Amino acid sequence: MIPELGQFALIIALCLALVQGVMPLAGAQTRNRAWMAIGKPAAAGQFVFVLLSFLVLTWAFIQNDFSVTYVASHSNSALPLMYRISAVWGAHEGSLLLWILVLNIWIISAIIGGRHLPEIFNARVVGVLGLVSVGFLAFILFTSNPFDRLIPAAMDGRDLNPLLQDPALAIHPPMLYFGYVGFAVPFAFAIAVLLEGRQATDWARWAKPWATMSWVFLTLGIALGSWWAYYELGWGGWWFWDPVENASFMPWLMGTALIHSLSVTEKRGLFKSWTLLLAISAFSLSLLGTFLVRSGVLVSVHAFASDPERGLFILIFLCVVVGAALTLYAWRAPRMTSDAGFAAFSRESFLLANNILLVIATFVVLIGTLFPLVMDALGQGKYSVGPQYFAAVFIIPTLPMVLLLGVGMHTAWRRDNWNRVSRHVRIGAALALALGIAISLLAWDGGGVLSAIGVFAAFWVMIASLVDPLAFLRKGQLRRMPLALWGMSIAHFGLGVFILGAVVTETYSVERDEALRVGESTSVGQFEFRFDDLRQVEGPNYTAVEAVISIFDGGEEIAVLLPQKRVYRVQQSPMTESGIDARLGRDLYVALGDPLGGNAWSLRVQYKPLVRLIWLGCIIMSIGGLVAVGDRRYRIARQDATAKIPAGTARETG
Amino acid sequence: MWRYFLPIAFFVLLVGFFLRGLSLDPSEIPSPLLGKPAPAFALPSLDDPAKTVGTDTMKGEVALLNVWGTWCAGCRQEHDTLMAIAAAGEVPIYGLNWKDDPDAARQMLRQMGNPYVANGVDADGRVAIDWGVYGAPETFLLAADGTVIYKHIGPLNLGIWQQDILPLALQAREQQP
Repeated sequence: MIPELGQFALIIALCLALVQGVMPLAGAQTRNRAWMAIGKPAAAGQFVFVLLSFLVLTWAFIQNDFSVTYVASHSNSALPLMYRISAVWGAHEGSLLLWILVLNIWIISAIIGGRHLPEIFNARVVGVLGLVSVGFLAFILFTSNPFDRLIPAAMDGRDLNPLLQDPALAIHPPMLYFGYVGFAVPFAFAIAVLLEGRQATDWARWAKPWATMSWVFLTLGIALGSWWAYYELGWGGWWFWDPVENASFMPWLMGTALIHSLSVTEKRGLFKSWTLLLAISAFSLSLLGTFLVRSGVLVSVHAFASDPERGLFILIFLCVVVGAALTLYAWRAPRMTSDAGFAAFSRESFLLANNILLVIATFVVLIGTLFPLVMDALGQGKYSVGPQYFAAVFIIPTLPMVLLLGVGMHTAWRRDNWNRVSRHVRIGAALALALGIAISLLAWDGGGVLSAIGVFAAFWVMIASLVDPLAFLRKGQLRRMPLALWGMSIAHFGLGVFILGAVVTETYSVERDEALRVGESTSVGQFEFRFDDLRQVEGPNYTAVEAVISIFDGGEEIAVLLPQKRVYRVQQSPMTESGIDARLGRDLYVALGDPLGGNAWSLRVQYKPLVRLIWLGCIIMSIGGLVAVGDRRYRIARQDATAKIPAGTARETG
Repeated sequence: MWRYFLPIAFFVLLVGFFLRGLSLDPSEIPSPLLGKPAPAFALPSLDDPAKTVGTDTMKGEVALLNVWGTWCAGCRQEHDTLMAIAAAGEVPIYGLNWKDDPDAARQMLRQMGNPYVANGVDADGRVAIDWGVYGAPETFLLAADGTVIYKHIGPLNLGIWQQDILPLALQAREQQP
């Protein structure tokens, strides 16, 4: 009975979403205040029923209710409780329910945070979000019902995919979805502006915290995924340019462009139609990612089980949402002209360059991701695009972007001159150049020109990010520094940290595949790895072979690693659990391979300098975003909006 | 103001590719054997190890070669389909029993029915390597002269059989001298 309750709750939620989607939009068009007001209670009700449905599914997993097909396919009575809960979003149906729950949390937040916005504008935002929710609720109810019964019930479940039995998986999808789905809010703002059809720049200030928060979640979600792949897949790589990774990276790039473009619209009233387009594009790429991951049009290690019917449904939904949004854009955007100008050397120009380069970078990823699909569709045969393409082409837009960033940060709005700006950046440039050359020559072995440029770029960004805080510090006014400036400095510093980690790891990692018997050793650089023992380990739902590897640095034991080769009993699938000795300066990484006969085992041993900085950089970037959201400006924005309501409503002309 | 229409134009183009992409299977890899003579083999028969089953046995008429094993879930799934194809009697089915235990294979055919005219025992999997088999089940359609006409990866069902394979088989039979 209880699972049916969950399905019933979803049906009620769909009805409420329809009300939320239709009434406020119709009300805004006809100036009917009662209709506009219905949106908010409908959204609140929808949230309650979606939450109920999510809890029902979670309960079915906790109770091992194997009469529910989805539970029987993705859980097992021997699965630990924590993974039974995270298994709720371990496959297509449940992760879609999580997606809907996250969307509802964003909707409620947008309603609470937007209660001071002009009534008509806010009604349109609520309506658009309601329509997005209708699409996803219809998708889950009509093609992917997680509450379908299995009759007769299974004796036991088929277990969760062992790859997913990991603490990071428990939080990776929720984080990622908060990022993906969050872009629905700036999207709804953009649509509301286009529906209103008059010149507007206020919306940029209202939308920016939402765009930034989504970006923060997406950054953390992607970083978590990368970290998880690093220690769980056993290859020691941190980014694979897999289609599904790209599906999350494209909205991130577009979202980054959006945040920067929103600044220009907010402060200077420029780039109006461009910012609207970016807001539409960021969310469209989130939807596109959903389509690519769940329809089976691309080959990927972690695409969900493919189903053309589901693919068709999302494609139709994508067409309706994105097609309608872009048509509205083509119709209304020509009205959004900017009369203000700016000099060639100004903050505006640098942000324009940032935007163009980020959009090019998005296209680089999009083309690489879709190339196999396009060639296949044209009957040109089967292709696959490897990391070599992405690695080589991706730096073409991003390297100039990073170099410009260091100057752009210190350039004034409207007009500036190089002589003034160069005073802020030349010391940093010299310092970064010295560090780039010194590190390439002295630290680690054998870097090339490209890695020297990379290290230079990393320090260039980090040092440039310190200029503002140092200037305030010198004046003794560090407390007076606006949070938005703090946020920018911190986030850019994080980007520098990330670049340093990525460049050094990619250039200087040492990797060795060895066949070792117990008692034998191998060495990587100054580190000696000794294969001490091999033993059987019994886990709750798996059996594992565990190697005991002692690591010595100049004869002194510094760590004992226990890499495992697990076989999960139900699915009989082998899994690698790597052993990692993590320090800020380097990781030592051991993965246990296969038995080679004669008591020898293949072992992959890696030395990865500064690999931690990759994820640390992402965390710093996210902190920067969080700090920026706290800026006074956005609180003042609310007071402004409150004051403006009567005027805003009166001026309304539809 | 045509530039404001660029995004929607680009989007429509993408949707066109996606629509086409939905009906294509990206993991389907065309066999390099298509249109070429099948790699010759001669293996001991599953029913009677003294006899051999091979490319010579299959020559002379249009035939299917189905790669299977008792360990393979997809093969059990397609078993009913194979039984139906065999019952229709239009195209004989030969089996390549791949990396399997012959006793288990014989038992499975006794229990679930035997759609095969004959089975070759490829215990060490060498023939499957020659044939470029990625994983069981895979099914090849062979012309009377031993040319590979079609390859299907994954479990067969009657829809695939009737829409994709049978027309090719009938066509090949007509062209037969």
